[in-house]
Amino acid sequence: MIQFVQHLINGLSLGSIYALIALGYTMVFGILQLINFAHGEVYMLGAFIGMYSARALHLTDRPSIGALVVAMAISMAGTALAGFTIERLAYRPLRKSPRINVLITAVGVSLFLQFSGQLLFGADPKVFPEIYHPGGQWHIGQIMLNPLQLTVFIISILLMLALQTIVYRTRLGRAMRAVSFNHDLASLMGIPTDRVISFTFMLGSALAGAAGVLVGLIYPKIDPLMGTLPGLKAFVAAVLGGIGNVTGAVVGSLILGLSEEFLVGYWAPTFRDALAFALLILILLFKPTGLFGTGRQDKV
Amino acid sequence: MALSASSCSGGKSGVAANSNEILVGHVGSLTGNEATFGISTENGVKLAFEEINASGGVKGKKLRLLSLDDQGKPEEAATAMTKLVAQNHVAAVLGEVASSRSIAMAPIAQRYQVPMISPTSTNPRVTQTGDYIFRVCFIDPFQGRVMAKFALDTLKAKKVAILRDVKNDYSVGLANFFTETFKAGGGTIVLDESYSAGDSDFKSQLTSIRAQNPDAIFAPGYYGDIALIMKQRVELGIKAPLLGGDGWDSPKLAEIAGSAMDGNYFSNHYSPDSTDPAVAKFVADYKKTYGGAAPDSMAALGYDAAKILADAMNRAKSLSGSDLRDAIAATKDYPAVTGKITLDKDRNAIKSAVVLETADSKYKYLTTVAP
Repeated sequence: MIQFVQHLINGLSLGSIYALIALGYTMVFGILQLINFAHGEVYMLGAFIGMYSARALHLTDRPSIGALVVAMAISMAGTALAGFTIERLAYRPLRKSPRINVLITAVGVSLFLQFSGQLLFGADPKVFPEIYHPGGQWHIGQIMLNPLQLTVFIISILLMLALQTIVYRTRLGRAMRAVSFNHDLASLMGIPTDRVISFTFMLGSALAGAAGVLVGLIYPKIDPLMGTLPGLKAFVAAVLGGIGNVTGAVVGSLILGLSEEFLVGYWAPTFRDALAFALLILILLFKPTGLFGTGRQDKV
Repeated sequence: MALSASSCSGGKSGVAANSNEILVGHVGSLTGNEATFGISTENGVKLAFEEINASGGVKGKKLRLLSLDDQGKPEEAATAMTKLVAQNHVAAVLGEVASSRSIAMAPIAQRYQVPMISPTSTNPRVTQTGDYIFRVCFIDPFQGRVMAKFALDTLKAKKVAILRDVKNDYSVGLANFFTETFKAGGGTIVLDESYSAGDSDFKSQLTSIRAQNPDAIFAPGYYGDIALIMKQRVELGIKAPLLGGDGWDSPKLAEIAGSAMDGNYFSNHYSPDSTDPAVAKFVADYKKTYGGAAPDSMAALGYDAAKILADAMNRAKSLSGSDLRDAIAATKDYPAVTGKITLDKDRNAIKSAVVLETADSKYKYLTTVAP
């Protein structure tokens, strides 16, 4: 039982990280029907921006939640800019071309960022500085709750709530939903669609940047290729929840995180990475729209 | 990116030895997940070559190093090896650290009849490829036995859990050899868990291990993964120490794991704290040349491999592949930094191992185990 609860906690914390990445995938898909394969690399950039800004500002001297917020803010701003640039330079010129062209461009951007990262940051793993170091462990009976894990989980939830507010409670969010519902019609209604699309990219990228910093904090080994696998898994999570659907992305990610954790804990550790893709095949076979992928009006 | 050459005197693809130089190849992971392995080895080799060249070189010729990066990938290691022997016609090749990559390189060395000396690959299969493949380190059956004995006799452990990297020949082999000796000595393996190199979350495996309440955990992986395992072990409140092998040895271990590194044990090739004057001189020279950092065992064995190669070259009738091979095979009681080295008939070095404890983010010497 203790073991079960511990696995549950670990799985939720892993799933919340996937969720932050999956949200970017799902929002971009919702608005452009584009699978932005470069999204995993934006997450990697987030981790590196976090590392360099923490070093430059000497945030390790006084590890605190404030230092974490500062590093995250810088990283989110940086990745938002990166997301904006990627959309502006790589995707916007292809807005009118067939979808397959944009898809292949996305793969190209992803590889470009991976290998530029290797040139720029070096190919060997870097150590993410300890900018937040909550002391001790919380025991509930034999269950260990690591305060860091909990912090990361809470921050992820807060970010998702913020996103929910932006999408459903603001004018910009309404514009995003309108563009996602019908691009041409929205533009006829006087909605600046290009600006809305840019904003969607920035929002999604900022979340990925935050995820990069949070992951750096829990698993302090970061490298330029770190985005590939989490990126693909988050994509699977988004499809699982119903791509284009915000709630679906979060639920899908938590399911993926939990099933990975239980698979590794109870059965076959080496199938960890195969699980996500086996899930993908099953979903595409039996419920291609995903768990929440029916209600069109929910899409972003 | 595929093959970025770097060497002390430029590494363009058209390099060939001129008449007063002997070209020696080195293949290592200068970038990638195990970058410190390749970099340390290269530093050790360079230091040895500088010393040898300063004292007149080999057979009146200077040694020149041609070093290629394999990014930590076996397929790149094989490509680099082919390039060195087929294009650059090197006299011998030093490398690799990782057994998986040495195993990929060995058949090529054998086919072209160019002697290859692995400084640090401990998996037995490496030298079984053929009579041109040597190593200057001990092998995993011995290393596994050392740690199993240490667990039984020093830690008084009865129950041990295993956490092995299934992608890694070295880790799988070492885990098997440990299991063998530990069971023969009356211990029980309560759980045998695995992971794949490059994973970052090990909490699920560690949670399952914790439920079995073992006395120790044998985790013979490479430093990058081990550092994260150390951190997550502390986060999960596991008291049982981690045990491991020489793959832990890297300055990055302390950097990534921080204080979570303390209280674990691993077997290694040598201890830089040794009072042996030869070791002390090497450590001092290394620190002077490379700015302060103490040499890890990859550096020490890279240095030893280069010195043994030069010694064999001096003794060899000529520098042809077969003459050089015979000379290397005849190495006996060579006084190396990591201990006296004699190569046995299987081309493996017979030598002792040390057990180190990780304490205060450093290594503390515990004991030396003779072969």
